[in-house]
Order: sequence, then structure tokens, then C-alpha cells
Amino acid sequence: MSDRIDVRKTYKLYIGGAFPRSESAYSYEVRDSRGAFVANAALASRKDARDAVVAARKAFGSWSARTAYNRAQILYRIAEVLEDRRPQFVQAVVQSEGLSSSKAEKVVDAAVDRLVWYAGWADKITQVLGSANPVAGPFFNLSTPEPTGVVAVLAPQESSLLGLISVVAPVIVTGNTVVVVSSYDRPLPAVNLAEVLATSDVPGGVVNLLTGSAATVAPWLAAHMDVNAIDLTGVVGDAALATELEVAAADNLKRVRRAPAVEPDWSADPGLEPMTTFLEIKTVWHPIGV
Amino acid sequence: MPFEYAPAPESRSIVDIKASYGLFIDGEFVDGHGKSFKTISPSTEEVLAEVAEADEADVDAAVKAARKAYDKVWSKLPGRERAKYLYRIARIIQERSRELAVLESIDNGKPIKESRDVDIPIVAAHFFYYAGWADKLEYAGRGTDPQPLGVAGQIIPWNFPLLMLAWKIAPALACGNTVVLKPAETTPLTALLFAEICQQADLPPGVVNIITGAGGTGQALVAHRGIDKVAFTGSTEVGKAIARTVAGTDKKVTLELGGKAANIVFDDAPLDQAVEGIVTGIFFNQGHVCCAGSRLLVQESVAEELLARLKRRMSTLRVGDPLDKNTDIGAINSAEQLARIRELSAIGEAEGAGRWSPECELPTTGFWFPPTLFTDVTQAHRIAREEIFGPVLSVLTFRTPSEAVEKANNTPYGLSAGVWTEKGSRILSMANQLRAGVVWANTFNKFDPTSPFGGFKESGYGREGGRHGLEAYLK
Repeated sequence: MSDRIDVRKTYKLYIGGAFPRSESAYSYEVRDSRGAFVANAALASRKDARDAVVAARKAFGSWSARTAYNRAQILYRIAEVLEDRRPQFVQAVVQSEGLSSSKAEKVVDAAVDRLVWYAGWADKITQVLGSANPVAGPFFNLSTPEPTGVVAVLAPQESSLLGLISVVAPVIVTGNTVVVVSSYDRPLPAVNLAEVLATSDVPGGVVNLLTGSAATVAPWLAAHMDVNAIDLTGVVGDAALATELEVAAADNLKRVRRAPAVEPDWSADPGLEPMTTFLEIKTVWHPIGV
Repeated sequence: MPFEYAPAPESRSIVDIKASYGLFIDGEFVDGHGKSFKTISPSTEEVLAEVAEADEADVDAAVKAARKAYDKVWSKLPGRERAKYLYRIARIIQERSRELAVLESIDNGKPIKESRDVDIPIVAAHFFYYAGWADKLEYAGRGTDPQPLGVAGQIIPWNFPLLMLAWKIAPALACGNTVVLKPAETTPLTALLFAEICQQADLPPGVVNIITGAGGTGQALVAHRGIDKVAFTGSTEVGKAIARTVAGTDKKVTLELGGKAANIVFDDAPLDQAVEGIVTGIFFNQGHVCCAGSRLLVQESVAEELLARLKRRMSTLRVGDPLDKNTDIGAINSAEQLARIRELSAIGEAEGAGRWSPECELPTTGFWFPPTLFTDVTQAHRIAREEIFGPVLSVLTFRTPSEAVEKANNTPYGLSAGVWTEKGSRILSMANQLRAGVVWANTFNKFDPTSPFGGFKESGYGREGGRHGLEAYLK
């Protein structure tokens, strides 16, 4: 036993590339899977949610205008930095989810691999989803997918790292920006991930992380008129809240990814749907002539 | 200098409008349980027919018929056989195209040259296009075994009655779904004629059900537990109400809603072509077009010249009898819509915009509104923000491309946009930055079955047309 007192980390929010505390100055106790105190996490407020939306909107224009190749490299860079910090995340997943070390290692590996998978999609999704349309007339007609805009994501409650990455990566790889509310009971891997994002060339504001209660924060995001879409994955099992959020989302016709019946198996192949829900098909016409 | 034209009316004798119509449920016309309502000709205000107003029991019967047809027949039919029914329907529409065009113009008020040359040909093309998908769905990029959703509840507007029906029914049937469709209250007749076409095609009973009625009928359909999918085209307000109604259910939804499209003219644009595009953009179909180019954004340096040419062109537009082949602008679809156009135009004047219409003699009966433009419009004006859904153009100016983008995107809508310039790189740059589902460059208001259509933001979600249109009807 060393005499040295360890230096503990303050777990904060991640908004616009900075790590602020909640403006409300509220926090809540985070306990490990056995119930022992680990840290106090920031309890995000309505104001934090609004600040996060402002940051996400501000980042949207330049992020969506980047080349797909550039976004691909940045997502790949996230994977690199995550892999580099593998032991830290294994420990965080063990602590949060109560998994054995070997299982937690598999989870972190899967999280890294998922980022690599999505990184590769950045410059392929347009080719898979786009089309040249043979209209009956002398017109060039091309359809391409474009990002929806600012997406609010309610991250899964159980899978604190792999699940989180599985709902954030598909949204940002196509050029959207995100306000994500982490798992309430298991927020610390999310804050660690924010620190990875901050050192992976992800521009500030592209991913904004709120720790705290989805039930408290999500209604403000669902009703926010500058949010274009919402992913309700994190409200599995609370049908009343899911319905309330979907009703609020109708105020500006947000695209809604509904909550699944049970938390998905995050090791499964995600398919395209996590990306396509937050894409818009744009079709451009131009006459052909001399 | 008004041109003199001899009238060139299309004959009405080709259509046979019955005195009353029931509901088309399970392959038969049946009496509804509810009341009935009258559908009138908006150009003459004459009553055309009495139409049944479906109540909840009728909606239920229609949904049950659709479910039975789905379970017993349609979902079991191989795609190649479904395709042949759709090809048959496409062919019958072509065979009866003049009858459909005349009926559409009578019930809707749109000029015969539009129903004849635009609506009905695209209706046939739409069925023909999706017919071919029915046995090729595994190649649509949605996995090797895409499945239909079940029963689709579909609600369509009055601006393109049969065309919107085609946009809804063709992909739904191609994908193996059955449908209950409600046409708009003011324009039910071509949908009811389409029901007869389904009979002629020997389409199995219950695959297509047509229930007429107003908002209450639509609400009952959307809320019905027996449907798996809602497809709606109409106002953003109703679209939001539908989104709230289906919240918490498993129903899949696509919404094609309002718009306030910017039609952007740069100083290097071919001005005469741009003028034609502006006219097509806002006066086509009396401006009853969700993707109408209702905000003209013109670069300041050519604004004066463009407006002079636009006014001269507007002076040649002929407003009047929808069945006259010379007519450019027909009747406003309903007294209610006319009142809204008048109200917003009055507000435009009251807020300080300059109102102009050409000398224009309007018929004494029916619902009419002259082609109108407003100058000195600012972004704060209600006529620059709200969908008027009539032949009313708001003119704004800009100096730089970035200002044009900012103004164009300054709307909760995002359905369409137009760009006029000879510079190719500028077109592509604008197309990238405009937040709209359809961008027409050096053209406007073009539609094709192969080309996906639908909006960003509050213009709705989902796409209709093309391979992308299949997604709305598959899981």
C-alpha cells in the first residue's frame, strides 16, 4: 500500500469541445456494479441540453461540408486512440457493467472494431444509397444522401461503451452532429470516450455529451425546434416516456428512431438502418442539352 | 396587348359522372353508414355528385377487407404476378387517359393541358415503373428477402388527386401490401373511377379499398389499430397531428407535407428561361403545389430586368375554364382555399409588400384568383414564411450566393428549391448547400416515377418515387 493519495478525475460534460460542469452545479453519485461509490457525475440540466444543441448546430455546417474521406479518417482516428487506451476502457467497462475482464476486453475490442467499420462507411454510404435516375426526358437526375442535421441520441442504459459507440458513430460518420445523453447508471465510460474524441481531431461540437437522466433532459431535446432527429434507444422499457418523447418530437417533425422492445444485442451486425434513419435523400435535376 | 383566342373546349361527354357514389370496399361499391357530402366543380360550383362519408365502422370494414386480402391473397402472390396486375392497371390508365384527364379537370379545376399532359401520363408511368419492381425487390438494396408491411392507410390531397393516388398505391402494391386510401374531400371522383379500373383489371377484392370522407375519416384511418403503415400527403399541420397519433405504435409513417421553396435566379441566368421556370414554378396547377417556387430570390443586379420580363409573361397567362385547351391557370380548388389565398394576400399588402397582377378577366361563377406577385417582400413577411398554396409569388432579392443560401434555407420547410445560373460549379455548390429534398437547376416542377421526391425538416419524411420510394413499404 502506497502512501500516495491518488488523484481522482472530475467527470464533466462535453459540450462544444470543452468539458464544463453542469451549469446547474448538480451532480449525482455513480456507483459500480457492486454498489460502491466511484465518482460524482455531472447531472445535466435543461440549460446544458440547450447549450449542447447550440454547439451541435454551430458545428454542423463545417462537419457536414468536410469530405467523406476526412470524416472517415477522423472516425478511424477515434478507433486508434480508443485502442491505445484499451486498458483504461476495459477497467471502466468492468467497473460500470460488472463484466469479467475477459468479457470487458471483448466489448472494448468490439467497440474499436465498430468504429473502424463505420469509418469505412463515410465514403461508401453515398454510393450505396445514392442513385442516378433514368427519368423520361433530357435531364440529369441524381439522388444522394445528406445528413439530417442535429441529432439527439439517448444512449443505451446497459451497454455503456459498445452501445454508446453503436448509436453515435453511425450518426456522425454521415455528417450529422450529436447531442448524446449517456446511460444514467453507467456514464463514466461515456465521459472517458469524450476525452478520446477531444484528442482525435473530432471538431468541437460534433459530439456533445450529457450525463444524467434521459427522463429529465430528453423532453427538452425532443421538443427543441433546432434538433432535427432523435434516437430513443436509451428509453427501452419505458413505453410512456418513449411515447411522450415521440409526441414532442412531432412539433418540428423530427425523424424518430423508436426505442426497441429490449436493448439490442450490440455484438450483432448493425446493418444500414442506424445510418439511414438520419439521412435525407436529395435529388438534383438539370436539363441535358447543347 | 391581350391576345384573342377562340375557345377550344375539351368535350365533357367522355365522362359519365354518377349521381351518387358509395365506398369501394372489398372489391365492391357499398353504401356507407355515415352521411354523404357533395363534390362540386370549382370552376362552375355545380354539384357533380353525392359521395359517401365513411364513418368509423366503414373504415373498420375497409381495413378488415384489406387485411383479409393481404393475408389470404396478396402477400402470397409471387411478385411477378403482382407485377402483372400493376401493368394491367397502368395500361387501363393509358387507355382511359382522356376520360381521367377530363374528370380530373372537372373535379379539381386544373387546366386540361396539365391533367392531360402531366398528371395522367405520370400516373400511368408510375404504375408501370413500380410494376417492374414487384418481382425485383431483392435487388432494391434492402436485403435478400424484403417483406411487405401489411395494410397501408393512405391519405392524399386535392391538388393532384389521381397522381397522389398513384404515388401511394403503386409502390404499396408492388411491395406486397394492401391499401385503404382516402382521397381528399373536394376531389374524390378520379379515385372512385380508379376503383372501377381495379375492377376492370380483376384486381383481387380488398387489395385496394377507397373510402371517401373528410378529416374525421382520415383520423379514424390513421388511428385504426389494424393498419401497419400511414402514408400522408397534405399540410404540415395535419402531418404533425398524424405523427402524434402514431407515436408509441409500431406503425411506419411517411409524410409529404408543405413547402415554401426558394427559386433562386443569379445574374448570369438565361433570363427568358428563368422567367418560364418561375412561371412554371408558381403558376403551374394554380400554385396548389407543395413544392411550388413561391419565393423568388433574384440577384439584385438583374431584379429590375427580370421583373419586367416576368410581368410581361404573366400578362399572357390565360385564366379560366379548366376544360379549355388554351387555359394556363384554372380554378382555385375550393372556396375555403380561395379565402386563405385572399387572406394571406391581403396580409401581404397590409405588411407593406407591393402587390401586382396582370389585367385579368375572371369568370363570374366558381373560385378564381389571378396570378399575383409581391415585390419588396422581406423575410419577416408572412407571405415569405407561410405556404399560400395559390398563384402568389413573393419576390425577394440577394447580393451574394451565401446570402441566397441563407435566405433560401431560412424556413422550417425543406421540400424543394430552384437555381438558375449558367455557371455549373455554382449550381453544384448551391445544390449542396440548399436544405431541400429536390433541387431543380435551370428547370422547375419536374416529376418522374424514377426520381425520389420528399422533404427535409418540416416538409416531412420518407421519399416517394424511385428505388428510394420502396423503403416506405418494406421491412
